[in-house]
Amino acid sequence: MDWLTDPLRYDFVLRALAEVLIIGATCGAIGAYVVVRQLAFIGDAISHAVFPGIVIAYLAGASIALGALVTGLLTAVAIGWVARGGRIREDTAIGIFFAAAFALGIVLISTRQTYQGDLTGFLIGNLQGVSVVDILVSAGTGLLVIGVLTVLHKELLMASFDRTLASALGYPVFRLDLLLLVLLTITIVVSIQAVGIILVLAMLVTPAATARLLADRFGPMLALGALIGAVVGVVGYYVSFHFATASGATIVLLMTVVFLVAFVFSPSHGLLAHRLRHHPQHGASAPAIDPPSGHAHEAEEGEVLASSPRSPMSRG
Amino acid sequence: MTEAHVDAVEAAPNLAGLQLRGLAAGYGDGLVLQGVDLDLPRGSLTAVVGPNGSGKSTLLRAILGLTPVVTGSVTVDGVPADRVRQQVAYVPQREAVDWSFPITARDVVMMGRYPSLGVLRRPGAQDRRRVLEALRRMGIENLAERQIGALSGGQQQRVFLARALVQDASVLLLDEPMTGVDQATEEAIVALLRELREEGATIVQTTHDLEWAAEHSDRLAFVNRRLVAFGPPSETFTPPILHATFGGELLIVESGDHRHVHAGGHHGSGDDGRTA
Repeated sequence: MDWLTDPLRYDFVLRALAEVLIIGATCGAIGAYVVVRQLAFIGDAISHAVFPGIVIAYLAGASIALGALVTGLLTAVAIGWVARGGRIREDTAIGIFFAAAFALGIVLISTRQTYQGDLTGFLIGNLQGVSVVDILVSAGTGLLVIGVLTVLHKELLMASFDRTLASALGYPVFRLDLLLLVLLTITIVVSIQAVGIILVLAMLVTPAATARLLADRFGPMLALGALIGAVVGVVGYYVSFHFATASGATIVLLMTVVFLVAFVFSPSHGLLAHRLRHHPQHGASAPAIDPPSGHAHEAEEGEVLASSPRSPMSRG
Repeated sequence: MTEAHVDAVEAAPNLAGLQLRGLAAGYGDGLVLQGVDLDLPRGSLTAVVGPNGSGKSTLLRAILGLTPVVTGSVTVDGVPADRVRQQVAYVPQREAVDWSFPITARDVVMMGRYPSLGVLRRPGAQDRRRVLEALRRMGIENLAERQIGALSGGQQQRVFLARALVQDASVLLLDEPMTGVDQATEEAIVALLRELREEGATIVQTTHDLEWAAEHSDRLAFVNRRLVAFGPPSETFTPPILHATFGGELLIVESGDHRHVHAGGHHGSGDDGRTA
């Protein structure tokens, strides 16, 4: 009995591993934008917003992925459109559409008598149940998402870091925002079947946040996030298989452990490195041209992340 | 017709630089700024001064095409600014930058090269060389791989100046460039701005520091919802114009032949031009 190869005798395991590899990489890559542009709340909103589409498709016997995609995109566009003029703040717009869509899904599904099983499946995911078609859809989506992120890297990076310059140079900043939301939505939709509505947010945020602790440049952070998402996804699935635990939840817990390890031990941003740097004996070895300003210190400690003066998705 | 043609040719030299004609800018019915006529030739250094909410930043934003121009025009060397976006570079206000963003000094400077590249093209050897030259000129090439949040305020400012350098713009806009900057950097920035002016750049900066502006600029633009006065400091840095611009917000102390001026709201968090 081999821990690594034994499970591979089962076809459903092979399918689950392929799916988690693809989803982990895709979520980890686009998660870089979710982290630096503070879109975690939006990601959570989208994952709930696609719910009525899933229910309608399920009731009508149509493609669940298609139904989710349509309502998810509708909600994303509605959020962007309502928040565009600045009269309604973006987080408020999200709060309205996110809850409304989720409520609509629950009302629709409550008309059925035997909805419990499927509802649970969509809330916590079912990696064991993915079909070859699901994997192909996920692979196509992953290629599309990572392809667009690669081709438009310059444009998306500038629109994320310096919206003022991007607008001043005539970049279509609003359309780039929408594109990012669309990519995020299709990533979430294909991930929901595997990990569920509730846990997909962790797939997006946790590997990318871990990568941020290990990389100080955006490109490497994105690539590392994809790698962490894929590798930890596969390892997490193995763990869930051997301990007979829920796969999505096990993967998310393992990702959290990896994040915490990076949070403490990261060479540049870890808690330990930070302590050592501020210890006089070790601090003296760091070559500093002139001392960082107070502001820079805040940035190093990540406090600015929470209190950033600009809303990254609002119009600059 | 021939006469008109000759006129146009003769007028051309005057069109070099940045020109604002009858500019009114703002959103919807709320005009933040109106009646602005400015002729800023190449090789000039202008400071825009005015109280908080007077529209200093709005003026820069209108030149950048970010605040809608309701009437009037902005031209660079006689061409509408909308058509030559790359010609206008800017250095953002410190508060407008996300310093925790995972990006190095070198990457920020490289952004100045993006408009010269197409959508699909990646920066090449030539672009990397230009970036290195700009970093060197600003004296920060040894900090190229640092994440921007790990730099000091002065170093951060130099990064954005280096970015403006590689953009090959003829107009350079700076929003409060001396705020939060140490003495050495301030001197380096002043020296660089003078060099760029000698090379024919049109430089416009906003500032809260009137005395500094009067000392280091060759033109002052006094702004308070409209253009109050425009001209060399020797002609415009006078009590009547200061009062007309700042009203009661200003304290002028005359001591001997030196004039100390303190503007109200000196440490205001920014001038977004939205005061009623």
